[in-house]
This record gives sequence, structure tokens and C-alpha cells, in this order.
Amino acid sequence: MASLGGMSDTIEATGLTKRYGDRLAVDGLTFTVEPGRVTGFLGPNGAGKSTTMRLVLGLDAPTAGTVTVCGRRYPDLPRPLHTVGALLDAHAVHPGRTAVSHLLALAQTAGLGRGRVEEVLGLVGLANVAGRRVGTFSLGMAQRLGIAGALLGDPPVLMFDEPVNGLDPEGIRWVRTFMRGLAAEGRTVLVSSHLMSEMALTAHHLLVIGRGRLIADTGIDEFLREHGDEAVLVRAGEQDRLARVLRRTGAELSAHDDGLLVRGLTAGDVGKLAAGEGIALEELSARRRSLEDVFMALTGDAVEYGVEYGVGA
Amino acid sequence: MNLLRSEWTKFRGLRSTWITATVTVLAAVGVGLLAASGQARQYTPDTEDWDPTAVSLTSLFVGQLAIGVLGVLAMSGEYATGQIQPSVVAVPRRGRLLAAKAGVFAVVALVIGQVIGFVSFFGGQALIAAAGVPHASIGEPGVVRAVLGCGLYLAVLGLIGLGLATALRSTAGAIGTLVGITLLVRAVSRALPESWAEWMERYWPTAAGERITHVLTPAGVLTPWAGFAILCAFGAVVGVAGYTLLRVRDT
Repeated sequence: MASLGGMSDTIEATGLTKRYGDRLAVDGLTFTVEPGRVTGFLGPNGAGKSTTMRLVLGLDAPTAGTVTVCGRRYPDLPRPLHTVGALLDAHAVHPGRTAVSHLLALAQTAGLGRGRVEEVLGLVGLANVAGRRVGTFSLGMAQRLGIAGALLGDPPVLMFDEPVNGLDPEGIRWVRTFMRGLAAEGRTVLVSSHLMSEMALTAHHLLVIGRGRLIADTGIDEFLREHGDEAVLVRAGEQDRLARVLRRTGAELSAHDDGLLVRGLTAGDVGKLAAGEGIALEELSARRRSLEDVFMALTGDAVEYGVEYGVGA
Repeated sequence: MNLLRSEWTKFRGLRSTWITATVTVLAAVGVGLLAASGQARQYTPDTEDWDPTAVSLTSLFVGQLAIGVLGVLAMSGEYATGQIQPSVVAVPRRGRLLAAKAGVFAVVALVIGQVIGFVSFFGGQALIAAAGVPHASIGEPGVVRAVLGCGLYLAVLGLIGLGLATALRSTAGAIGTLVGITLLVRAVSRALPESWAEWMERYWPTAAGERITHVLTPAGVLTPWAGFAILCAFGAVVGVAGYTLLRVRDT
């Protein structure tokens, strides 16, 4: 893995803003993406995730603010492919070239050759279709090809925009493991998704955006603890007696289906209390408010915006 | 050097490139030969300014469009397919990306242009000679310059196509503009008042540039190299426009 001497391998945005016409796509984003963990970049479609990534890569110029990779603006990086690997849009490939030819053209810009191209094709499992035209690839294969392209320069910083889109379950698991593996090697990995459940399985840290603004910048566990709102579902034959016992502890109870939803006690607490009173339980399970719920609550505003104005990803 | 290698990989990796290049050569040479045999048949000893070299190089009439299209596709293919995105990520200094692409294409276009020029010349002179009409030989003064000039003219037209595609980003827009520059403007200008038409025939970039394929320089037209310089200057303007837009624009 290549690294710039002394510079930490981070992505740093300061007041990053992008306006397209009268639409503010990215609105004053300030964040740092750290190495050694997968940072999930989460937001509904149209929240500004792709735009932010385009700004990081210098594809679009920010209206205000700055964003640097390893301490420099992307276009000023002396060896871009050896510093940042990125996959923004798997379809953004000339369909007439073979996989090898496409990757070779990219590799050659960084002085790399056919050997490295074959290596990365092997890494993503495309070695057997290396000579096929990209236009004949499924979306899943195109995603893998894009990931192969990002890996060419063995860069310390990697960025993937919705990499599991269009993948089958096996492919999704592969990407997930792969991302975490890259982070475990000490790389900086930024992965965007509009699916909270996906992030819960892949990311260690979360940047949540909605309507171009940063909503949360937090570890995934803290995020859950803060917003997860844990509860315990319990069902018993003597439900009224159980309710009285639980209420004595100051727990908050509410009816849920034909059971009780308990807040303020763990499943273990509830079990012990019931056992002490000799109440037989029919069901006892920990319930978390789903991440999707939290996410929707946080970004609901932004989702409405997206629908109302038909803002694309 | 790395970037040139990369652009050459991109260029040769597409089947469409080779098809367009082959069609360019065949169409241009074909038209050149037709023109040579046709004009040889119409020749009479009274024909003024008989320039058998230029007649055989009529191939550039079609060749300029075909090679211009090849130049357009070399760049617009990147935009039409989205390939420009990984290309610019790999080479964020966009001026260098454009320079490498133009450099590789210039060499290819020059080779194609010279093939067209020499095949058209020798084939055309053979047809003219067979018709029993005065023909040119490569050793005569000005002939080598005219034949080489045909290839140079075509290479510049190809680069103009590439520059237009860089500026306009759309295949259709760039090809439309190319047709306008090479054919339409000159056709329309012939309908203008005579003094304007004459001026256009002298100074319009492709009209001026064509002089390099003529051995004879009749009164009232530019000399071969002066005309070619105007074409090159026009190409430079298109190139700078493309470069500037590529640099300042969001991809």
C-alpha cells in the first residue's frame, strides 16, 4: 500500500458546498474520514453523497469550501491512482473495450502494466472474463470491474459510491467482507449507501447526510445507543401481575401485540424479576428500534424534499 | 509517456476505431479515384489550370469529414459512455489528458492521411495516364509537397474534430459543426455576392488549407503554406476553446 510520507491518509472536508443552478446539492459539509475503519456515508437518494464524492475527486469544483485527500486537493496529488481508488458509477465505462483493455488504459496512466491488471482482475474474481467486452457485463460484474480499477494503484484511500447496488446476495456479502478487509489493512474506506441496514453490517463509523447537510458523524454503536431506543418484548400468561411487578422498578410499559413492550430494563432484568415472582414467561426478546426507523426519523425531511423536487441520486 | 501509452491503449482497444479508420481510407481513396477518372475524361487541351495532382487528391473532400468524425469519436466516446469520469479521476490534470489524447490521435491521423494521399495520388495518376491525359509524377516540383500536404490537411481536420468534441461533449453536435465547417459554409458562401464569395474561397480555413494539395497557385489564391497556416491557426483556436472548457467545466 502506497502512502504519502508523513501525511495521514484521511479525507477532509471543510465547509464543502456545491450549488447547481439554484439547487444546493452539498451544504457546508465538514468532516474527516479516518483510516483503519469503514466509514459509511449514509443518506437518502439525492442527499448529496455522489456530489460530495465528485467534489473529493475534483470531477466537479466546489462552490465554496475545500476538500483534501492526504492533505492535498485531489488534482494536486502527484500520483492520484496510488493515493485514491474510487468507484463512482459502474456504468461509466466504454462498453466497447475489453475488461483488460479498460483497466490497462487506467493502469498505464500510473506507470503500471498488464501484470497489475491481471492481479486486480483476480482479486475481484473477473480473471475468467478478462477478454470480454465490458458492454456484455452484468451490473454485478461491472461493479467488480470498477472495484478492480479502484485497486490498481494499491491506494491507502478508497471511495465507493453504492457499491452493492445491483449485486446478488453473494456479491453483497463479498463486497461487505472486502470493504472491511481493506479497512483492516489500515486503509481509509468511504462507502456510500442509502440503505441503513447495509451500513449497519459494513460500517464502523457513520456520516449521515440529508439535503446536503451533515446530520450525524458518529460511531455506528454510539449511533445505535443514542438513537436505537432499546426495548424488551415480554409475553406471559399472568400478564397483569407481570406488569405490576415491572412497573414497581420504574420501567415504562406499553402494550404491543398481545405482549408488553418494556423500556428501561434489559431482557435479563425482566427475566430475573419474573423468575423471582414465579411468573412463567411465554416470550422474552430484546427489541431495537430498527436503524431504518432512526434513519427515516433523522432524514425524513430530506426524503420529502427528494420526492417533492424529484432530485436524483 | 505513461499518458500516451494509456491513450494508445484506449484508441486501439475499440473495434469502432478500426472500422471508422478503414472506412475513412476506402471512402477517401475511392472518391479520389472516381474524381481522377471523371475529370480526366472531361479534360480538353483548353482546360485551364489543369492540376492532375490536385485532381487525384480530391479524396480529401470526403476524407476530411471521415477523419474529422474519427477525431470526434476519439473524444465524444468518453463523454457518451461516461468513460470520461474514470479517465479524469486517473488523470486529474485535464490539460495533460487532452494533450495525450490529441498527441496519439495526431500520429494516427497523420498516418491515415498519408496513406490516403499517396494511394490517391499514385492510383489517380495511373487512371489519368490511362486516359491519355497529362498526368503528374512524384518527382515534379511541388508534387511531393502537395501529396504530403493532403495527409497534413487530413490530420489537422481530425484534430479539429477532436477539439470540437472536447468543447461540445456531444457526438452529434460536434459532427454537425464539422459538416458546417467543411461543407455547408463553403456551399452557402458561393451564393453570396461575388466579392464575399471570393473572400471566403480565399480565407475560409478549409478553403485556404486545401491550397497545400495544389501544385498550381493561380492568381487570387493564397500560397500553399500561407493557406495551410490559416487552417492550423483555426485548429489552434478550436483546440484552445476545447482545452479551456475542459479545464473549467464540471465533468
